Amino acid sequence: MKRVGLAALFFAALFVGWELLYRSGFWSPVLLPSPLVVGRYLWEATVDGSLLSATLVTVKRLFLGYVFGLLLGLPLGLLTARFRVLADTLGLLALGLQALPSVCWVPLALLWFGQTEAAMFFVVVMGTLWSVIIATDNGVRNVPPIYARAARTMGSSGLHTWLWVIFPAALPFIVGGMKQGWAFAWRSLMAAEIYVTILSGFGLGHLLHYGRELNAMEQVIGIMLVLLLIGLLADKIFFSPWERFLHRRWGTAK
Amino acid sequence: MSLSDEVSVERPAAKLSIRGVSKRFVSGQRSVHALDDVSFDVGEGEFVCLVGPSGCGKSTLLNLVAGLDLADSGQISADGIPINAPGRDRMVMFQEAALFPWLDVLGNVMFGLHRKPGLTDAERREVAEFYLRLVGLEKFHHAFVHELSGGMKQRVALARALAPNPRVLLMDEPFGALDALTREQLYGDIQRIWQQRKKTIVFVTHNVREAACLGDRVVLFSPHPGRIREQFKIDLPRPRDINSVELARHATAITAALKNHVRPEAEVAE
Repeated sequence: MKRVGLAALFFAALFVGWELLYRSGFWSPVLLPSPLVVGRYLWEATVDGSLLSATLVTVKRLFLGYVFGLLLGLPLGLLTARFRVLADTLGLLALGLQALPSVCWVPLALLWFGQTEAAMFFVVVMGTLWSVIIATDNGVRNVPPIYARAARTMGSSGLHTWLWVIFPAALPFIVGGMKQGWAFAWRSLMAAEIYVTILSGFGLGHLLHYGRELNAMEQVIGIMLVLLLIGLLADKIFFSPWERFLHRRWGTAK
Repeated sequence: MSLSDEVSVERPAAKLSIRGVSKRFVSGQRSVHALDDVSFDVGEGEFVCLVGPSGCGKSTLLNLVAGLDLADSGQISADGIPINAPGRDRMVMFQEAALFPWLDVLGNVMFGLHRKPGLTDAERREVAEFYLRLVGLEKFHHAFVHELSGGMKQRVALARALAPNPRVLLMDEPFGALDALTREQLYGDIQRIWQQRKKTIVFVTHNVREAACLGDRVVLFSPHPGRIREQFKIDLPRPRDINSVELARHATAITAALKNHVRPEAEVAE
């Protein structure tokens, strides 16, 4: 509770500082609107439903692509760790593509799929997939061989060993890769949404883009605040519980 | 199936036979002759300690008996049945406890039981609790591995090895990384459990005193290539105290033989 209070105090101080800067009149209010104006924009956008629907569109794209990338990346990572032939081919490809900034997929996706949901989906999957493959592969290679040997003496072999020994033993690495994959996916989706208009749904990236077009700084800042909030929530809801679990079991952190 | 059936000691302990076993490891340019024509028997319910300096092939032999590796030539059998894969009748305790950090203590002990057919989950749990009681860890069912001391980890590993009710226990320097006091407690425990549970035990160590304390028989190995040099019968009454004078006498004799057989530059632990 004390930590929550401290965080609240910190952010309140940030807003007060912001308001003071605005009142100093040093910058034009067009460039630096008051936090109250940003708050009013967020309130109005919530009331007229545009903010909520844009958030839903974006989160849905992100979630679908991310889950798909995860479901594809996890088994592929296990396979590249298991079979040398896959490590030397698919593993190498993944290593190369993981280093590619995922926004680079946007032009290709547009040419292949046009301005459609499929293009968005593709970009998010490409953002997720490669880092999940690399992390899973790396995690499996870091599992102490003694675990598999001990499991063999207890009658575990083949798929059972992979599912119940290798995979859980690699979890600390895998969760790290999932987090990185999520960050890449989130960034590339935002880039794609700012870059192109998809008529089947206006996401947060579009609101951001139109904020710029209309010189509506309160909209730009407001949407950025929403993006920040989504990033924080995703971490707290999806990743923190996993990390707590791992730290508790492995005894790696306080 | 009831708990008493599952943990019964009615099945006789197994007899192991090792005949003309050789094993070579090749890595790159180097080839290590780990075992050269090794033969000996382990009787039913016998406690045999394999002693020797590093590189004498004693751990290699244990892995072969476990079925984790295969011999280049020769044969190893348990009750006349050739060993070519791991089996639940031969459980292994490693130097590192090799417990799974994602499972709690009870989960670790139940891991091997999950692979054992014909048991309900409730029975598996009962069996696991039985063995955790036997090693004195009944209060730690839900502790995580990193919360345990080194000695407690090895107790969990012992319970895990005992849980499928194997006839043979293979122990690869299980107490090597523990402090002296904890080791002494475990010497007592392992002798008690061996007698109560009627197991055949093959115990690898480089600690001669430990071997004399635990073994009915001590088999002395020398390295490069790994060969059996001498065997010593230890007929002291049990439970034995590692600090007793008679035990020290046996240990001194074995150490003298060890120094005799091993080149002086090879490392020998006391």
